[in-house]
Amino acid sequence: MKFSLFGILAVSVLALASSSSSFAVEGEPYIHDPSTVTWCDGNYYTFGTRGGGLISPDGWTWHSGAVRPGGGAAPDVLKIGDRYLVVYGATGGGLGGQHSGQILTMWNKTLDPASPDFKYTEPVVVASSDGTEDCDAIDPSLLLDPNDGRLWLTYGTYFGFIRLAELDPKTGRRVEGNVAINIAIDCEATYLIYRDGWYYLLGTHGTCCSGPNSTYNIRVGRSRMIKGPYLDNMDVDMLRGGGKLLVAASGRFIGPGHFGLLDLGDGVQKFSCHYEADLDRGGRSVLDIRPLLWKDEWPIAGDNFREGTFVIQSERSGYALELAVDTVPMPQIRHRLASGPVGQPGSTANSAPLPPVAPEAPTGPVPVQDVATIAKDWPAGNINVRLGDYIIRPHQKWTIIPVADQGGYPGSPFFKITIAGTDRALVATADAELTTVAAFTGTPEQLWRIDQLTDGTYRIMPHTVPGTKEQFALTAVGASTISLVKFDPQGDKSRWMFRAP
Amino acid sequence: MKILRKTMMLLSVIAAVGSRAVATDATTALHNPTSYFTPAAPGSKAPDKDGFIQRWLLLEPVNKPNRSNAGFVDTYVRKELSKENFPGQFTVIPRDGDTVTAEGEKLAWHAIDATGFNVKLFRFASGLNKRVYGVVFWTVTVVECPQEIRNVRMAVGSNSASMWWLNDQEAVGLFGDRRMVMDDCVSKRLTLSKGRNVVRGAVINGPGMSDFCVRFIDENGKAVTNFTITLEPSGR
Repeated sequence: MKFSLFGILAVSVLALASSSSSFAVEGEPYIHDPSTVTWCDGNYYTFGTRGGGLISPDGWTWHSGAVRPGGGAAPDVLKIGDRYLVVYGATGGGLGGQHSGQILTMWNKTLDPASPDFKYTEPVVVASSDGTEDCDAIDPSLLLDPNDGRLWLTYGTYFGFIRLAELDPKTGRRVEGNVAINIAIDCEATYLIYRDGWYYLLGTHGTCCSGPNSTYNIRVGRSRMIKGPYLDNMDVDMLRGGGKLLVAASGRFIGPGHFGLLDLGDGVQKFSCHYEADLDRGGRSVLDIRPLLWKDEWPIAGDNFREGTFVIQSERSGYALELAVDTVPMPQIRHRLASGPVGQPGSTANSAPLPPVAPEAPTGPVPVQDVATIAKDWPAGNINVRLGDYIIRPHQKWTIIPVADQGGYPGSPFFKITIAGTDRALVATADAELTTVAAFTGTPEQLWRIDQLTDGTYRIMPHTVPGTKEQFALTAVGASTISLVKFDPQGDKSRWMFRAP
Repeated sequence: MKILRKTMMLLSVIAAVGSRAVATDATTALHNPTSYFTPAAPGSKAPDKDGFIQRWLLLEPVNKPNRSNAGFVDTYVRKELSKENFPGQFTVIPRDGDTVTAEGEKLAWHAIDATGFNVKLFRFASGLNKRVYGVVFWTVTVVECPQEIRNVRMAVGSNSASMWWLNDQEAVGLFGDRRMVMDDCVSKRLTLSKGRNVVRGAVINGPGMSDFCVRFIDENGKAVTNFTITLEPSGR
């Protein structure tokens, strides 16, 4: 697969920048220090500081209701086998306060508090700080190393070092005789992930807990070995304050912190965080879920899709999604070239030089076609879609806007996709093909999920294909032919870009 | 003698603190900080292999209450660190054990060698049973160059805000609630004169850890190491 993320990002950011404001997740997503967003029995869960947490059926609309005893700060959750290991710091730690702390783990068979199986085991201490040493035992997180199945714990905050310790994945207890090592300074809310031979240590830098004056931002270093050294893009050790920026404040959101990976498979990765202040929610701390992209083996924060008018371009062929209607020609003014007459057929390199011709005077701008004028000649009923050369015509421009109160998926609501300037909507058919209907009615097959993939391109999926529970994605089955097919993470057939029209 | 005993007490306290910490199995000083300071040895000392200056005179912390570091905007830091707290604040090269009176307290200078690349001010203060939060730390050192070195930059990281001077000229300021990152803020191009060059700094901190690291880098961002550091008065 081609990898052209840098160019893609430049164009997509340009396109998306002209669209409306962004949004965090829906509902009452008020939380600080969210744990890894974890799927359990039909819901997503995340826990926060001081106990409790949030639940969501779709990853878009969140409400309180998750249950975690023990209070304290900044928990994390990891599913190991058929159980969930919850880890949390028993103290708050904190600037100006005491720095003696304990990290505890406990198990539960389910995260659903309504389940008869919902019961936490007695918490056990797996790490601690004595209040005088250069470590404050809060902000734990867990990584189960996919290479060897070893379970690792990172913890700590600005008070001294971030530490790495090993736990037993069967018991959740500290491996006997394990000695913690220092792997970073001057950060908190650390989190380990593994990808393609690299261990990545993510940490939150900046000032916490000051609302819109917080400077929280998430940074990352990487190492070939779990024990480090973790270096940033300038080869600065995180033990010397290093860290490549992953995400900082943007839009109406200030102070992103507490990274958590949400891997949805098929090349779709997202990350959770909290913002110290959502300016659209009174400056409260809220949960968000955003795409996670990769460039040159470094993670990059993507942006959730925002509304706007776009060309939907196939990564396979470069052709644009369009209605299958006649392309209406624009008036062509034939201009004489300065070096010779227009359209002189048959001239070759051996032709005698043409006499010089004076250039024509400049001419005025040429208007683009108006959709209202062009669309009146389109069929009134369904119109199919295809891929074609993009030449700035009304049947090739799509307006994409979120649909309220119809649910969503992790980090985003569903969208409707209509021909710009009309209500003609893209729809999935019962035979897993595509067409457009004259007017959007809000049925599930007219709702679209748009996920940014780890290379910066997008996957487009209908909420529903009528008559089946299978998931399909918009796919260029031919260079110019589009259909709905099970998403193939390999290759470019099911990858799309949204460009300025 | 009293001051010397206090310095030795500081060092023993710090060593003890280090030994109580969770043991580490890494081999470098960064990974295994059993002690952060030793008394400054006589004579000159080279910077470490990365150019970090590890020999400093540190003044015991000056009381400057700040409940948060969020207020360390440029104007506040510049105003507070330009205010004279004690005579000779911007001119003196003290000796180990010299004392000054600042904010009504008698404070002593300590000549130390840091064992790491950074100078852990919090541990310096806690080891002396001094206040650790809401303070200003003043520090001085002397860089001796065998020849003039042009186009170098002073590169500083500090927790929290700080200001730094070279030969009485302001070189670099770090404002805001800063975390210590090596080479965080860097001066404009400077010239290190042949002979003695005085580096002076002040770090202000409210709550939380405090430390700093200083080195000189060249046009390519590489460490400058062809100098020595001394705390001995001129002419010795």
